[in-house]
Amino acid sequence: MNKRGEMLTGLVIAVFLVLVLSPILYNFAVGNARSVPDLKPPPGGEKQCVESKEWMRGNHMQLLFDWRETVVREGNRTYRASDGKEYNMSLTSECLSCHTNKDEFCDQCHDYLKVKPYCWDCHIVPPKENA
Amino acid sequence: MKVLSALVAVAVLVLIAAIGTGLAPLQYVFGVVVPYAAFAVFVAGFVYRVAKWAKSAVPYRIPTTCGQQKSLDWVKHSKLEAPHTTGQVVVRMLLEVFLFRSLFRNTRTNLEDDDDGGKKLVYTSSKWLWLGGITFHLAFFTIVLRHLRFFTEPVPFLVQSVEGVDGFFQMTLPALYQTDLVIVGALTYLFLRRLFDPKVRYISLANDYFPLLLILSIAATGILMRHVWRVDVVGIKELAMGLASFSPTVPDGIGTLFYIHLFLVSTLVAYFPFSKLMHLAGVFMSPTRNLPNNSREVHHVNPWNYDVKVHTYAEYEDEFREVMKAAELPVEKE
Repeated sequence: MNKRGEMLTGLVIAVFLVLVLSPILYNFAVGNARSVPDLKPPPGGEKQCVESKEWMRGNHMQLLFDWRETVVREGNRTYRASDGKEYNMSLTSECLSCHTNKDEFCDQCHDYLKVKPYCWDCHIVPPKENA
Repeated sequence: MKVLSALVAVAVLVLIAAIGTGLAPLQYVFGVVVPYAAFAVFVAGFVYRVAKWAKSAVPYRIPTTCGQQKSLDWVKHSKLEAPHTTGQVVVRMLLEVFLFRSLFRNTRTNLEDDDDGGKKLVYTSSKWLWLGGITFHLAFFTIVLRHLRFFTEPVPFLVQSVEGVDGFFQMTLPALYQTDLVIVGALTYLFLRRLFDPKVRYISLANDYFPLLLILSIAATGILMRHVWRVDVVGIKELAMGLASFSPTVPDGIGTLFYIHLFLVSTLVAYFPFSKLMHLAGVFMSPTRNLPNNSREVHHVNPWNYDVKVHTYAEYEDEFREVMKAAELPVEKE
């Protein structure tokens, strides 16, 4: 193998290794692997959400999406949950009445996974009670 | 038959992961052991293949050319088709890697109706394969980049912006990624092309179908996790971060679908160095692409030429002059 070939081979292997190992190197250099979301339960002590906690964890975005469609397009604000209980379909006055603190609830997971929900493009973030 | 064996192989992989984590409690095996093993095989196998290629003898310049080589100044040189300097080779290589330039040419022979009601032979450039190929590759690249949000904390700005652009249309919640649609469309085209074009079908092997079906299954499980049977994404990020920082943890309650996805990805990654997918490195290591076309410009000496001992006539005559004279043979020098 000549000099040109050696350089090319070295380059291909080096670029490959850097690219493949970049997340690992990144986490060692600037990463904060230990930080995990820390959700605070609703300060009001409410135990029961609109649907079960497990279901909400995966599907809350779909629920909010459906609520928006139903309210805005059909003018219907009544949600009948799977346990038969009825709720007022409203992000600000229903969801946020229990989950009062966006920073300690919504943002915990959304920031962790860099999800940027566009709820707050229109909705106003409620002011903190103690602020 | 070849399609079927590839299909069965993918189905078996899905079943293995489904049974291993759905019915048996092997989350640690499928979440930590298999991914680490696959990654190690990938890195070591990749380096091994490149090193092995590098050892091959390349005594001659063998670039593929399709244009006028560098000649006298008044002959127009085709710089990209017959590059004669390293710089031109690099430009041609970049166009090849990023735009699949040689595939863009893809000349096809067809019979078309001519004006007299007969047939005529025409050569056309078929772009469909190029389009399917490049959209698949770019979508796959974007998807890999997007996945870095699971392996980094804090997530780099670049990854965030890629994700923002990819979900630009804000259809559905969580936002539908355009690359998801593109990769499924492109893979489906590439797969159907192998099935329904008789010429391509004839030369297709199981190891042509297998990567297509495998990647298609990976994309499908990923889309299902995001839009249909949702899984615990926070738990998945904890698992991924654990893997990327060498302190693996397996949170409870991550859906089986995720483990199927991860097992298919592990398979792809471990299979990669030993398959045709190595064209990722092969394109750079290919002597028909990475050598300048300067055979008539530079004297290339074969580096391992044997040093042949020669005995010229002049030396021969010097050695035997007296004997030759005595035998009355003619000599050139007295």
